[in-house]
Amino acid sequence: MKTDEVVSIIDKHQGQGDGLISVLEEIQSKYSYLPTDALKLVAERTGRSPVDVYGVATFYKSFSLKPRGKHLCSVCLGTACHVRSGQIIAQEFERQLEVKAGETTPDHEFTLETVACLGACALGPIVVVDGHYFSKVNTAKVRSILKRARRGLDKVEIKTDRRIFPVAVSCPRCNHSLMDPAHPLDDAPSVRVTATFDGQHGWLRLSSLYGSPTLESKHDIPVDTVVDFFCPHCHAELRGASSCPECGAPMVAMIVRAGGIVQICARRGCKGHMLDLNGGGF
Amino acid sequence: MITLAINRLPVAVEEGETLLEAARFLGFPIPTLCHMDGLSPYGACRLCVVEIGEGPKARLVSSCTYPAQEGLKVRTASARVLRARKMILELLLASCPQSKIIQDLASAHRVSQQRFRQEHEDCILCGLCVRMCEQQMMAKAIGFRGRGETRSIGTPFDMKSEQCRLCGGCIYVCPACQLRCTYTEPDKAICGGCANLSPPCVEKEQFDDMMCYMNPCVACEIEKD
Ligand code: SF4
Ligand code: SF4
Ligand code: SF4
Ligand code: FES
Repeated sequence: MKTDEVVSIIDKHQGQGDGLISVLEEIQSKYSYLPTDALKLVAERTGRSPVDVYGVATFYKSFSLKPRGKHLCSVCLGTACHVRSGQIIAQEFERQLEVKAGETTPDHEFTLETVACLGACALGPIVVVDGHYFSKVNTAKVRSILKRARRGLDKVEIKTDRRIFPVAVSCPRCNHSLMDPAHPLDDAPSVRVTATFDGQHGWLRLSSLYGSPTLESKHDIPVDTVVDFFCPHCHAELRGASSCPECGAPMVAMIVRAGGIVQICARRGCKGHMLDLNGGGF
Repeated sequence: MITLAINRLPVAVEEGETLLEAARFLGFPIPTLCHMDGLSPYGACRLCVVEIGEGPKARLVSSCTYPAQEGLKVRTASARVLRARKMILELLLASCPQSKIIQDLASAHRVSQQRFRQEHEDCILCGLCVRMCEQQMMAKAIGFRGRGETRSIGTPFDMKSEQCRLCGGCIYVCPACQLRCTYTEPDKAICGGCANLSPPCVEKEQFDDMMCYMNPCVACEIEKD
Protein backbone atom coordinates (compact mmCIF):
# COMPACT_ATOMS: atom_id res chain seq x y z
CA MET A 1 0.00 0.00 0.00
CA LYS A 2 1.24 3.44 -0.86
CA THR A 3 0.23 6.17 1.55
CA ASP A 4 0.02 8.92 -1.06
CA GLU A 5 -2.22 6.79 -3.30
CA VAL A 6 -4.68 6.22 -0.49
CA VAL A 7 -4.51 9.85 0.54
CA SER A 8 -5.36 10.99 -2.96
CA ILE A 9 -8.32 8.60 -3.10
CA ILE A 10 -9.61 9.92 0.21
CA ASP A 11 -9.14 13.54 -0.77
CA LYS A 12 -10.82 13.05 -4.13
CA HIS A 13 -13.96 11.63 -2.54
CA GLN A 14 -13.98 14.13 0.27
CA GLY A 15 -13.86 16.91 -2.28
CA GLN A 16 -16.91 15.40 -3.97
CA GLY A 17 -18.72 15.13 -0.66
CA ASP A 18 -18.91 11.34 -0.99
CA GLY A 19 -19.48 9.02 1.93
CA LEU A 20 -17.23 6.49 3.52
CA ILE A 21 -18.38 3.60 1.37
CA SER A 22 -17.24 5.18 -1.90
CA VAL A 23 -13.80 5.72 -0.40
CA LEU A 24 -13.55 2.15 0.81
CA GLU A 25 -14.84 0.83 -2.53
CA GLU A 26 -12.12 2.62 -4.45
CA ILE A 27 -9.38 1.52 -2.07
CA GLN A 28 -10.63 -2.02 -2.37
CA SER A 29 -10.74 -1.94 -6.15
CA LYS A 30 -7.17 -0.65 -6.16
CA TYR A 31 -5.65 -3.21 -3.78
CA SER A 32 -8.29 -5.97 -4.04
CA TYR A 33 -8.74 -5.66 -0.28
CA LEU A 34 -8.71 -3.09 2.51
CA PRO A 35 -5.26 -2.94 4.08
CA THR A 36 -5.22 -2.17 7.81
CA ASP A 37 -3.05 0.90 7.35
CA ALA A 38 -5.36 2.24 4.67
CA LEU A 39 -8.34 1.96 7.04
CA LYS A 40 -6.44 3.75 9.76
CA LEU A 41 -5.53 6.46 7.30
CA VAL A 42 -9.16 6.83 6.23
CA ALA A 43 -10.20 7.27 9.85
CA GLU A 44 -7.47 9.81 10.46
CA ARG A 45 -8.04 11.92 7.36
CA THR A 46 -11.84 11.93 7.43
CA GLY A 47 -11.99 12.65 11.14
CA ARG A 48 -14.00 9.51 11.80
CA SER A 49 -13.16 7.22 14.65
CA PRO A 50 -11.41 3.94 13.72
CA VAL A 51 -14.32 2.06 15.31
CA ASP A 52 -16.76 3.45 12.75
CA VAL A 53 -14.54 2.79 9.76
CA TYR A 54 -13.80 -0.72 10.94
CA GLY A 55 -17.48 -1.31 11.65
CA VAL A 56 -18.48 -0.34 8.11
CA ALA A 57 -15.62 -2.30 6.55
CA THR A 58 -16.62 -5.48 8.38
CA PHE A 59 -20.37 -4.98 7.90
CA TYR A 60 -20.50 -5.29 4.13
CA LYS A 61 -19.67 -8.60 2.57
CA SER A 62 -18.20 -6.95 -0.51
CA PHE A 63 -15.35 -5.53 1.55
CA SER A 64 -12.49 -7.81 2.38
CA LEU A 65 -9.86 -7.20 5.03
CA LYS A 66 -7.74 -10.04 3.73
CA PRO A 67 -5.83 -9.92 0.44
CA ARG A 68 -7.83 -11.44 -2.36
CA GLY A 69 -6.77 -13.55 -5.28
CA LYS A 70 -6.11 -12.37 -8.81
CA HIS A 71 -9.47 -13.69 -9.97
CA LEU A 72 -12.69 -13.19 -8.06
CA CYS A 73 -15.19 -15.96 -8.49
CA SER A 74 -18.72 -15.27 -7.18
CA VAL A 75 -21.26 -18.06 -7.12
CA CYS A 76 -24.84 -16.86 -6.77
CA LEU A 77 -26.87 -18.47 -4.02
CA GLY A 78 -29.87 -16.17 -4.28
CA THR A 79 -33.25 -17.86 -4.19
CA ALA A 80 -33.55 -18.47 -7.93
CA CYS A 81 -30.01 -19.83 -8.28
CA HIS A 82 -30.34 -21.78 -5.05
CA VAL A 83 -33.32 -23.78 -6.28
CA ARG A 84 -31.40 -24.51 -9.47
CA SER A 85 -28.65 -26.13 -7.40
CA GLY A 86 -26.35 -23.16 -6.93
CA GLN A 87 -25.20 -24.79 -3.71
CA ILE A 88 -23.89 -27.83 -5.59
CA ILE A 89 -22.01 -25.56 -7.97
CA ALA A 90 -20.49 -23.68 -5.06
CA GLN A 91 -19.39 -27.00 -3.59
CA GLU A 92 -17.85 -28.00 -6.92
CA PHE A 93 -15.83 -24.76 -6.94
CA GLU A 94 -14.78 -25.43 -3.37
CA ARG A 95 -13.68 -28.93 -4.33
CA GLN A 96 -11.70 -27.88 -7.39
CA LEU A 97 -10.08 -24.83 -5.82
CA GLU A 98 -9.58 -26.65 -2.51
CA VAL A 99 -10.77 -23.67 -0.51
CA LYS A 100 -13.99 -22.86 1.29
CA ALA A 101 -16.26 -20.04 0.13
CA GLY A 102 -14.84 -16.74 1.33
CA GLU A 103 -11.26 -17.96 1.10
CA THR A 104 -8.39 -17.39 -1.27
CA THR A 105 -6.27 -20.13 -2.80
CA PRO A 106 -2.73 -20.34 -1.36
CA ASP A 107 -1.26 -19.29 -4.73
CA HIS A 108 -3.39 -16.11 -4.63
CA GLU A 109 -4.95 -16.98 -7.98
CA PHE A 110 -8.61 -17.30 -6.95
CA THR A 111 -10.90 -15.94 -4.31
CA LEU A 112 -14.16 -17.84 -4.03
CA GLU A 113 -17.23 -16.17 -2.62
CA THR A 114 -20.94 -16.81 -2.56
CA VAL A 115 -23.33 -13.93 -3.10
CA ALA A 116 -27.04 -13.49 -2.65
CA CYS A 117 -28.49 -12.52 -6.04
CA LEU A 118 -26.59 -10.98 -8.92
CA GLY A 119 -29.76 -9.71 -10.52
CA ALA A 120 -29.77 -12.14 -13.43
CA CYS A 121 -32.18 -14.68 -11.98
CA ALA A 122 -33.61 -15.66 -15.36
CA LEU A 123 -30.26 -17.10 -16.37
CA GLY A 124 -29.43 -18.95 -13.16
CA PRO A 125 -27.45 -20.57 -11.80
CA ILE A 126 -25.09 -17.65 -12.32
CA VAL A 127 -21.37 -17.50 -11.68
CA VAL A 128 -19.46 -14.26 -12.17
CA VAL A 129 -15.74 -14.42 -12.67
CA ASP A 130 -13.83 -11.14 -12.90
CA GLY A 131 -16.99 -9.33 -13.93
CA HIS A 132 -17.92 -11.85 -16.65
CA TYR A 133 -21.21 -13.67 -16.33
CA PHE A 134 -21.50 -17.40 -16.83
CA SER A 135 -25.12 -18.41 -17.07
CA LYS A 136 -26.94 -21.73 -16.61
CA VAL A 137 -23.82 -23.18 -15.06
CA ASN A 138 -23.67 -26.83 -14.13
CA THR A 139 -20.96 -28.75 -12.34
CA ALA A 140 -19.49 -29.98 -15.61
CA LYS A 141 -18.76 -26.41 -16.67
CA VAL A 142 -16.85 -25.49 -13.53
CA ARG A 143 -13.52 -26.80 -14.72
CA SER A 144 -13.61 -24.93 -18.01
CA ILE A 145 -14.72 -21.71 -16.30
CA LEU A 146 -11.69 -21.88 -14.05
CA LYS A 147 -9.47 -22.73 -17.00
CA ARG A 148 -10.74 -19.77 -18.97
CA ALA A 149 -10.29 -17.49 -15.98
CA ARG A 150 -6.68 -18.63 -15.60
CA ARG A 151 -6.03 -17.83 -19.23
CA GLY A 152 -7.60 -14.44 -18.66
CA LEU A 153 -11.11 -13.50 -19.60
CA ASP A 154 -10.57 -11.01 -22.35
CA LYS A 155 -12.44 -7.79 -22.18
CA VAL A 156 -14.06 -6.75 -25.40
CA GLU A 157 -13.42 -3.07 -25.85
CA ILE A 158 -14.68 -0.77 -28.52
CA LYS A 159 -11.22 0.43 -29.47
CA THR A 160 -10.21 -2.97 -30.74
CA ASP A 161 -13.69 -4.17 -31.45
CA ARG A 162 -15.08 -3.10 -34.77
CA ARG A 163 -17.72 -5.76 -34.90
CA ILE A 164 -21.13 -4.23 -35.42
CA PHE A 165 -24.05 -6.61 -35.19
CA PRO A 166 -27.54 -6.36 -33.74
CA VAL A 167 -28.32 -7.98 -30.40
CA ALA A 168 -31.75 -8.60 -28.93
CA VAL A 169 -31.74 -8.08 -25.17
CA SER A 170 -34.02 -8.62 -22.21
CA CYS A 171 -34.11 -7.78 -18.53
CA PRO A 172 -31.90 -10.07 -16.47
CA ARG A 173 -34.39 -10.02 -13.61
CA CYS A 174 -37.80 -10.57 -15.23
CA ASN A 175 -36.68 -11.75 -18.66
CA HIS A 176 -39.08 -9.36 -20.44
CA SER A 177 -37.78 -8.24 -23.81
CA LEU A 178 -36.40 -4.71 -23.86
CA MET A 179 -36.66 -4.47 -27.64
CA ASP A 180 -38.87 -1.77 -29.10
CA PRO A 181 -39.53 -2.50 -32.82
CA ALA A 182 -41.89 0.51 -33.04
CA HIS A 183 -38.97 2.93 -32.65
CA PRO A 184 -36.02 1.84 -34.75
CA LEU A 185 -32.58 3.31 -34.20
CA ASP A 186 -29.78 2.63 -36.71
CA ASP A 187 -32.47 0.85 -38.79
CA ALA A 188 -32.88 -1.85 -36.15
CA PRO A 189 -35.36 -2.19 -33.27
CA SER A 190 -34.15 -0.01 -30.38
CA VAL A 191 -33.55 -1.11 -26.79
CA ARG A 192 -35.88 0.72 -24.42
CA VAL A 193 -35.10 1.21 -20.74
CA THR A 194 -35.90 3.74 -18.03
CA ALA A 195 -33.08 6.05 -17.03
CA THR A 196 -32.57 8.16 -13.93
CA PHE A 197 -29.91 10.78 -13.33
CA ASP A 198 -29.74 13.90 -11.18
CA GLY A 199 -33.36 13.50 -10.12
CA GLN A 200 -34.59 13.28 -13.74
CA HIS A 201 -36.46 10.20 -14.80
CA GLY A 202 -37.59 9.10 -18.22
CA TRP A 203 -37.30 6.69 -21.14
CA LEU A 204 -34.07 6.08 -22.97
CA ARG A 205 -33.50 4.22 -26.25
CA LEU A 206 -30.22 2.62 -27.19
CA SER A 207 -29.19 1.26 -30.53
CA SER A 208 -29.29 -2.51 -30.58
CA LEU A 209 -26.26 -2.60 -32.85
CA TYR A 210 -23.51 -3.83 -30.58
CA GLY A 211 -20.91 -1.11 -30.27
CA SER A 212 -23.02 1.67 -31.76
CA PRO A 213 -23.22 4.79 -29.61
CA THR A 214 -26.55 6.03 -31.01
CA LEU A 215 -29.08 6.86 -28.32
CA GLU A 216 -32.22 8.89 -27.71
CA SER A 217 -33.70 9.94 -24.41
CA LYS A 218 -36.51 11.96 -22.91
CA HIS A 219 -34.11 14.26 -21.08
CA ASP A 220 -30.79 15.42 -22.44
CA ILE A 221 -28.07 13.58 -20.62
CA PRO A 222 -24.87 15.61 -20.33
CA VAL A 223 -21.68 13.78 -21.28
CA ASP A 224 -19.95 12.12 -18.31
CA THR A 225 -23.15 11.71 -16.27
CA VAL A 226 -23.50 8.28 -14.70
CA VAL A 227 -27.05 7.11 -15.37
CA ASP A 228 -29.04 4.49 -13.45
CA PHE A 229 -30.82 2.13 -15.84
CA PHE A 230 -34.03 0.33 -14.91
CA CYS A 231 -36.17 -2.30 -16.57
CA PRO A 232 -39.40 -0.65 -17.80
CA HIS A 233 -41.34 -3.83 -16.94
CA CYS A 234 -40.23 -4.95 -13.48
CA HIS A 235 -38.41 -1.72 -12.54
CA ALA A 236 -35.36 -3.64 -11.34
CA GLU A 237 -32.10 -1.78 -11.70
CA LEU A 238 -30.06 -3.23 -14.56
CA ARG A 239 -26.86 -3.21 -12.53
CA GLY A 240 -23.99 -5.44 -13.61
CA ALA A 241 -21.53 -7.06 -11.23
CA SER A 242 -18.48 -5.20 -12.44
CA SER A 243 -17.26 -1.71 -13.09
CA CYS A 244 -16.34 -0.28 -16.45
CA PRO A 245 -12.87 -1.30 -17.64
CA GLU A 246 -12.49 2.17 -19.18
CA CYS A 247 -13.70 4.61 -16.55
CA GLY A 248 -14.67 2.66 -13.42
CA ALA A 249 -18.38 3.58 -13.50
CA PRO A 250 -20.91 0.81 -12.78
CA MET A 251 -21.88 -1.41 -15.70
CA VAL A 252 -25.43 -2.00 -16.93
CA ALA A 253 -26.24 -5.65 -17.57
CA MET A 254 -28.77 -7.11 -20.01
CA ILE A 255 -29.45 -10.64 -21.19
CA VAL A 256 -28.69 -11.36 -24.83
CA ARG A 257 -31.55 -13.34 -26.36
CA ALA A 258 -29.17 -15.69 -28.12
CA GLY A 259 -27.65 -16.55 -24.72
CA GLY A 260 -25.19 -14.64 -22.62
CA ILE A 261 -24.91 -11.21 -21.12
CA VAL A 262 -23.94 -7.83 -22.47
CA GLN A 263 -22.70 -5.09 -20.17
CA ILE A 264 -22.37 -1.46 -21.13
CA CYS A 265 -20.89 1.42 -19.18
CA ALA A 266 -23.45 3.60 -17.38
CA ARG A 267 -21.47 6.77 -18.05
CA ARG A 268 -22.75 8.86 -20.96
CA GLY A 269 -20.08 9.08 -23.60
CA CYS A 270 -17.96 6.21 -22.30
CA LYS A 271 -17.60 3.35 -24.75
CA GLY A 272 -16.66 0.60 -22.31
CA HIS A 273 -18.62 -2.59 -22.76
CA MET A 274 -18.26 -6.33 -22.36
CA LEU A 275 -20.00 -9.23 -24.00
CA ASP A 276 -20.21 -12.78 -22.72
CA LEU A 277 -21.93 -14.94 -25.30
CA ASN A 278 -22.95 -18.42 -24.38
CA GLY A 279 -21.23 -19.97 -27.35
CA GLY A 280 -18.04 -21.98 -27.61
CA GLY A 281 -18.66 -24.50 -24.89
CA PHE A 282 -20.83 -22.33 -22.67
CA MET B 1 -47.28 18.55 26.01
CA ILE B 2 -48.59 15.25 24.72
CA THR B 3 -51.42 13.42 26.44
CA LEU B 4 -51.64 9.65 26.24
CA ALA B 5 -53.16 6.87 28.29
CA ILE B 6 -51.07 4.20 29.93
CA ASN B 7 -53.10 1.32 31.36
CA ARG B 8 -56.10 3.69 31.05
CA LEU B 9 -54.43 6.35 33.21
CA PRO B 10 -53.98 9.65 31.39
CA VAL B 11 -50.54 11.21 31.50
CA ALA B 12 -49.04 14.32 29.92
CA VAL B 13 -45.41 14.25 28.89
CA GLU B 14 -43.01 16.48 27.00
CA GLU B 15 -42.72 15.97 23.27
CA GLY B 16 -39.94 13.48 22.48
CA GLU B 17 -40.24 11.51 25.68
CA THR B 18 -40.47 7.77 25.28
CA LEU B 19 -43.24 5.44 26.40
CA LEU B 20 -40.81 3.98 28.92
CA GLU B 21 -40.24 7.36 30.53
CA ALA B 22 -43.97 8.09 30.59
CA ALA B 23 -44.76 4.72 32.16
CA ARG B 24 -42.04 5.10 34.76
CA PHE B 25 -43.34 8.57 35.57
CA LEU B 26 -46.67 6.97 36.46
CA GLY B 27 -44.91 4.22 38.35
CA PHE B 28 -45.69 1.31 36.05
CA PRO B 29 -42.75 -1.05 36.14
CA ILE B 30 -41.27 -2.08 32.80
CA PRO B 31 -38.23 -4.32 32.88
CA THR B 32 -35.27 -3.21 30.76
CA LEU B 33 -31.89 -4.60 29.98
CA CYS B 34 -30.25 -2.56 27.25
CA HIS B 35 -31.62 0.74 28.54
CA MET B 36 -29.59 2.94 30.84
CA ASP B 37 -30.20 6.51 31.91
CA GLY B 38 -27.58 8.74 30.36
CA LEU B 39 -27.16 6.57 27.29
CA SER B 40 -29.14 6.88 24.07
CA PRO B 41 -31.98 4.35 23.60
CA TYR B 42 -30.97 1.42 21.46
CA GLY B 43 -33.82 -1.10 21.48
CA ALA B 44 -31.72 -4.25 21.34
CA CYS B 45 -33.09 -6.51 24.06
CA ARG B 46 -36.85 -6.02 23.45
CA LEU B 47 -37.52 -6.73 27.09
CA CYS B 48 -39.36 -3.44 27.49
CA VAL B 49 -42.16 -4.38 25.06
CA VAL B 50 -45.56 -2.78 25.57
CA GLU B 51 -48.76 -3.07 23.56
CA ILE B 52 -50.09 -0.01 21.74
CA GLY B 53 -53.24 0.62 19.72
CA GLU B 54 -56.49 -1.27 19.86
CA GLY B 55 -58.30 -4.15 18.20
CA PRO B 56 -56.65 -5.76 15.22
CA LYS B 57 -54.19 -2.84 14.99
CA ALA B 58 -52.73 -3.49 18.43
CA ARG B 59 -49.04 -4.25 18.27
CA LEU B 60 -45.99 -4.71 20.41
CA VAL B 61 -43.28 -2.04 20.40
CA SER B 62 -40.17 -1.48 22.45
CA SER B 63 -41.10 1.27 24.90
CA CYS B 64 -37.54 2.53 25.36
CA THR B 65 -37.38 3.69 21.74
CA TYR B 66 -41.03 4.55 20.99
CA PRO B 67 -41.82 8.26 21.34
CA ALA B 68 -45.03 9.28 23.09
CA GLN B 69 -47.85 10.18 20.69
CA GLU B 70 -51.01 12.19 21.29
CA GLY B 71 -53.94 9.97 22.24
CA LEU B 72 -51.94 6.73 22.20
CA LYS B 73 -53.31 3.89 24.30
CA VAL B 74 -50.57 1.86 25.92
CA ARG B 75 -50.81 -1.35 27.91
CA THR B 76 -47.71 -2.30 29.86
CA ALA B 77 -48.86 -5.62 31.27
CA SER B 78 -51.47 -7.15 28.96
CA ALA B 79 -51.48 -10.91 28.51
CA ARG B 80 -49.77 -10.49 25.16
CA VAL B 81 -47.02 -8.34 26.64
CA LEU B 82 -46.39 -10.75 29.49
CA ARG B 83 -46.25 -13.68 27.11
CA ALA B 84 -43.77 -11.92 24.83
CA ARG B 85 -41.64 -10.77 27.73
CA LYS B 86 -41.42 -14.27 29.17
CA MET B 87 -40.38 -15.64 25.81
CA ILE B 88 -37.70 -12.95 25.42
CA LEU B 89 -36.37 -13.74 28.87
CA GLU B 90 -36.32 -17.42 28.13
CA LEU B 91 -34.31 -16.75 24.98
CA LEU B 92 -31.95 -14.38 26.76
CA LEU B 93 -31.46 -16.94 29.48
CA ALA B 94 -30.64 -19.56 26.90
CA SER B 95 -28.04 -17.41 25.22
CA CYS B 96 -26.40 -16.21 28.41
CA PRO B 97 -27.41 -18.38 31.40
CA GLN B 98 -24.42 -17.28 33.46
CA SER B 99 -25.54 -13.67 33.68
CA LYS B 100 -26.69 -12.67 37.14
CA ILE B 101 -28.79 -9.82 35.75
CA ILE B 102 -30.61 -12.10 33.34
CA GLN B 103 -31.06 -14.76 36.01
CA ASP B 104 -32.62 -12.19 38.33
CA LEU B 105 -34.91 -10.83 35.62
CA ALA B 106 -36.00 -14.34 34.72
CA SER B 107 -36.80 -15.26 38.28
CA ALA B 108 -38.65 -11.98 38.86
CA HIS B 109 -40.85 -12.83 35.90
CA ARG B 110 -41.33 -16.44 36.94
CA VAL B 111 -39.51 -17.91 34.03
CA SER B 112 -38.86 -21.28 35.53
CA GLN B 113 -38.20 -23.43 32.52
CA GLN B 114 -35.81 -22.95 29.68
CA ARG B 115 -36.56 -24.92 26.58
CA PHE B 116 -33.73 -23.79 24.32
CA ARG B 117 -30.18 -24.98 24.06
CA GLN B 118 -27.86 -23.05 26.34
CA GLU B 119 -25.24 -21.15 24.42
CA HIS B 120 -23.20 -19.49 27.16
CA GLU B 121 -22.55 -16.49 24.92
CA ASP B 122 -20.23 -13.97 26.45
CA CYS B 123 -22.10 -11.12 24.80
CA ILE B 124 -25.76 -10.53 24.05
CA LEU B 125 -24.99 -7.55 21.78
CA CYS B 126 -26.97 -5.16 23.95
CA GLY B 127 -24.62 -2.35 22.95
CA LEU B 128 -24.38 -0.93 26.47
CA CYS B 129 -20.59 -1.00 26.49
CA VAL B 130 -20.36 0.65 23.08
CA ARG B 131 -22.70 3.45 24.11
CA MET B 132 -21.01 3.81 27.49
CA CYS B 133 -17.64 4.15 25.85
CA GLU B 134 -18.84 6.66 23.28
CA GLN B 135 -21.40 8.71 25.16
CA GLN B 136 -20.12 8.84 28.70
CA MET B 137 -16.41 8.16 28.38
CA MET B 138 -16.07 10.07 25.09
CA ALA B 139 -13.57 7.47 23.97
CA LYS B 140 -15.17 5.49 21.13
CA ALA B 141 -12.61 2.79 21.63
CA ILE B 142 -14.93 -0.14 20.97
CA GLY B 143 -17.74 -0.74 18.53
CA PHE B 144 -19.76 -3.30 16.63
CA ARG B 145 -18.03 -5.34 13.99
CA GLY B 146 -19.42 -7.60 11.29
CA ARG B 147 -23.07 -8.44 11.03
CA GLY B 148 -25.56 -11.21 11.53
CA GLU B 149 -24.05 -14.32 13.00
CA THR B 150 -20.56 -12.87 13.09
CA ARG B 151 -21.52 -9.58 14.77
CA SER B 152 -19.29 -8.89 17.72
CA ILE B 153 -17.94 -6.14 19.90
CA GLY B 154 -14.34 -5.10 20.17
CA THR B 155 -11.60 -2.71 19.30
CA PRO B 156 -10.80 -2.08 15.63
CA PHE B 157 -8.53 -4.81 14.26
CA ASP B 158 -8.63 -6.44 17.70
CA MET B 159 -5.61 -4.38 18.59
CA LYS B 160 -4.92 -2.34 21.66
CA SER B 161 -6.92 0.82 21.22
CA GLU B 162 -5.26 4.18 21.47
CA GLN B 163 -8.60 5.73 22.35
CA CYS B 164 -9.26 3.51 25.37
CA ARG B 165 -8.77 5.37 28.62
CA LEU B 166 -8.83 2.25 30.79
CA CYS B 167 -11.87 3.46 32.68
CA GLY B 168 -13.54 0.08 32.94
CA GLY B 169 -16.91 1.57 32.03
CA CYS B 170 -17.52 -1.11 29.44
CA ILE B 171 -17.13 -3.96 31.92
CA TYR B 172 -19.12 -2.12 34.54
CA VAL B 173 -22.26 -1.96 32.40
CA CYS B 174 -22.01 -5.37 30.79
CA PRO B 175 -25.00 -7.52 31.75
CA ALA B 176 -23.50 -10.68 30.31
CA CYS B 177 -21.02 -11.06 33.13
CA GLN B 178 -20.46 -9.12 36.30
CA LEU B 179 -18.14 -11.38 38.16
CA ARG B 180 -15.05 -10.90 36.16
CA CYS B 181 -13.96 -7.63 37.67
CA THR B 182 -14.17 -8.66 41.25
CA TYR B 183 -11.13 -10.77 40.65
CA THR B 184 -8.81 -9.08 43.10
CA GLU B 185 -11.54 -9.09 45.70
CA PRO B 186 -13.43 -12.31 45.08
CA ASP B 187 -15.51 -12.11 48.25
CA LYS B 188 -17.20 -9.00 46.95
CA ALA B 189 -19.01 -11.15 44.45
CA ILE B 190 -22.58 -11.43 45.64
CA CYS B 191 -23.81 -14.36 43.67
CA GLY B 192 -23.15 -16.11 40.40
CA GLY B 193 -21.54 -19.06 42.13
CA CYS B 194 -23.94 -21.22 40.17
CA ALA B 195 -22.14 -20.47 36.96
CA ASN B 196 -18.90 -18.63 37.67
CA LEU B 197 -16.71 -19.90 40.42
CA SER B 198 -13.81 -17.81 39.27
CA PRO B 199 -13.51 -14.85 36.94
CA PRO B 200 -14.07 -16.13 33.42
CA CYS B 201 -10.91 -14.49 32.20
CA VAL B 202 -8.66 -16.79 34.21
CA GLU B 203 -10.44 -19.92 33.12
CA LYS B 204 -10.54 -19.06 29.48
CA GLU B 205 -7.42 -19.56 27.48
CA GLN B 206 -7.81 -16.32 25.63
CA PHE B 207 -8.77 -12.90 26.77
CA ASP B 208 -9.99 -11.98 23.31
CA ASP B 209 -13.51 -13.16 23.75
CA MET B 210 -13.93 -11.81 27.25
CA MET B 211 -15.79 -8.57 27.30
CA CYS B 212 -12.87 -6.74 28.82
CA TYR B 213 -11.33 -4.38 26.34
CA MET B 214 -8.79 -2.83 28.61
CA ASN B 215 -5.21 -3.45 27.68
CA PRO B 216 -3.48 -3.61 30.08
CA CYS B 217 -6.28 -4.58 32.40
CA VAL B 218 -6.14 -2.26 35.35
CA ALA B 219 -8.97 -3.95 37.18
CA CYS B 220 -7.33 -7.23 37.97
CA GLU B 221 -3.75 -6.89 36.86
CA ILE B 222 -3.74 -10.22 35.11
CA GLU B 223 -1.18 -10.00 32.36
CA LYS B 224 -2.74 -10.42 28.95
CA ASP B 225 -0.77 -12.54 26.50
S1 SF4 C 1 -12.28 0.94 29.35
FE1 SF4 C 1 -11.79 1.68 27.30
S2 SF4 C 1 -13.16 0.55 25.98
FE2 SF4 C 1 -14.00 0.39 28.05
S3 SF4 C 1 -15.46 2.13 28.23
FE3 SF4 C 1 -13.48 2.82 29.03
S4 SF4 C 1 -12.55 3.80 27.26
FE4 SF4 C 1 -14.17 2.50 26.45
S1 SF4 D 1 -20.10 -6.88 25.85
FE1 SF4 D 1 -21.69 -6.78 27.42
S2 SF4 D 1 -22.37 -4.65 27.42
FE2 SF4 D 1 -21.25 -4.99 25.52
S3 SF4 D 1 -22.84 -5.53 24.05
FE3 SF4 D 1 -22.04 -7.44 24.87
S4 SF4 D 1 -23.42 -7.94 26.55
FE4 SF4 D 1 -23.75 -5.77 26.06
S1 SF4 E 1 -8.89 -9.13 32.77
FE1 SF4 E 1 -10.72 -7.95 32.34
S2 SF4 E 1 -12.33 -9.46 32.60
FE2 SF4 E 1 -10.57 -10.31 33.59
S3 SF4 E 1 -10.78 -9.70 35.74
FE3 SF4 E 1 -9.53 -8.16 34.69
S4 SF4 E 1 -11.00 -6.60 34.11
FE4 SF4 E 1 -12.17 -8.42 34.55
S1 FES F 1 -34.71 -1.80 27.13
FE1 FES F 1 -35.94 -1.42 25.42
S2 FES F 1 -35.18 -2.83 23.97
FE2 FES F 1 -33.83 -3.12 25.66
